[in-house]
Amino acid sequence: MADKILKELTLKVWRQKDAKSKGGFETYKIHDISTGTSFLEMLDILNEQLVSENKEPVAFDHDCREGICGTCSLFIDGRAHGPDDDVTTCQLHMRRFQDGATITIEPWRCGAFPVIKDLIVDRQAYDKILQAGGYVSVNTGGVPDGNAIPISNDNAEEAMDAAACIGCGACAATCKNSSAMLFVAAKVSQLALLPQGKVEAARRAKAMVAKMDELGFGNCTNTGACEMECPKSISIQHIARLNREFLKAKLKD
Amino acid sequence: MSNFLTTSIGKKVIMSLSGLFLILFLCVHLSVNLLLLVSPEAFNAGCEFMALPFIKVIEPVLALGFIVHIVWASILTIQNQKARPQKYALRKQSQNCTWPSRNMYILGALVLAFLALHIATIWYRFKFGEIHDHYEFVSGFLVQPVFGIIYIIAAIFLGLHLSHGFWSAFQSIGFSNDIWRKRLEYVAYFFAIVFAVGFSIIPVYFLIFGN
Repeated sequence: MADKILKELTLKVWRQKDAKSKGGFETYKIHDISTGTSFLEMLDILNEQLVSENKEPVAFDHDCREGICGTCSLFIDGRAHGPDDDVTTCQLHMRRFQDGATITIEPWRCGAFPVIKDLIVDRQAYDKILQAGGYVSVNTGGVPDGNAIPISNDNAEEAMDAAACIGCGACAATCKNSSAMLFVAAKVSQLALLPQGKVEAARRAKAMVAKMDELGFGNCTNTGACEMECPKSISIQHIARLNREFLKAKLKD
Repeated sequence: MSNFLTTSIGKKVIMSLSGLFLILFLCVHLSVNLLLLVSPEAFNAGCEFMALPFIKVIEPVLALGFIVHIVWASILTIQNQKARPQKYALRKQSQNCTWPSRNMYILGALVLAFLALHIATIWYRFKFGEIHDHYEFVSGFLVQPVFGIIYIIAAIFLGLHLSHGFWSAFQSIGFSNDIWRKRLEYVAYFFAIVFAVGFSIIPVYFLIFGN
């Protein structure tokens, strides 16, 4: 069956020339969009239209377009990654919208993620948190034997769930406090659950939380909005683990 | 432990522990209140028990608990507001979190406003006034529709505050996982209902049956 065609959509898009400019909403009309089009393809079509009209295309982040790289962002109609649950913006399709709808598109709003241009924000803050401790310092030697270090299935599964974090920033963007706790928790949890990461668990938790605070993210108030908007459905139980890891580390000081 | 209290998690632990302490106080307070429904003698005996020296010494600690909870909540709220200098033009938060969880500070402020009224109208009179029959004083106070209704509304605000606050306190100190989270949320709703109904049933009783 052929996809339905959305005859007309009104797009309210945040336009901002550069990091220093003030920025504001521009309204565009776009016609004949197939419901099978992905949201980013719809923006590509808008940009072609803008280029043909000799206007500046809308700048937005994208890369793999299959939901695994964490590059795409966008606050669509009041929700991070749009109205669908458990998807990134690139996995969102136009079938989620009605013909004649007005769609509001904003960049992530978070003090630690400043807007660079239009819908693109600078997410280096997450890289800086990772650099503060989101790694395992081991000497590389020969290839270890498979299963040489026994890891329980539960721990392996939970660590893998946490490792699904793609660092897109939806957690901090959607949090009413702009808190990066879910991101930090996922990274701390993923390593603290495995024997290789346990060695540095205390130092890691302290360093990553300190960096998160320093960068101006807010304080977690356990609303749970982050896990609802996380495209990888990372649970806030990892935040509880981060709290435990942090408390344990601080009590030892 | 050097800078523990200034870290984001440290501040949340302060909120959590002071909040759990205040919940303990609420349990005691509600137990004594409910004696109003038993008999005048029972309530007066309860009031006499609460005036015993070993209970009185806890009063400053309780006041400190309130002050810490309020001051840290204010610090956290100001910092959280600053963390997003430019707000969203359109937000649909109701689709990803509950209303009380988003409005803890507002609910807390409403409960605080009630607390001020409560201290001025009842607590102060109990402590410094010449009251011989506590039951008569309280029932006489609560039959006034304005105060009765304010007390009922405040109990509902308190219940909403606790529906998030109770389980959130455990999450903040790391006592939660996928299994315990559900349990704690149920217990939170249970506490919320017990406190909201427990505290409001008393003014409802006096408004209907008089003193």
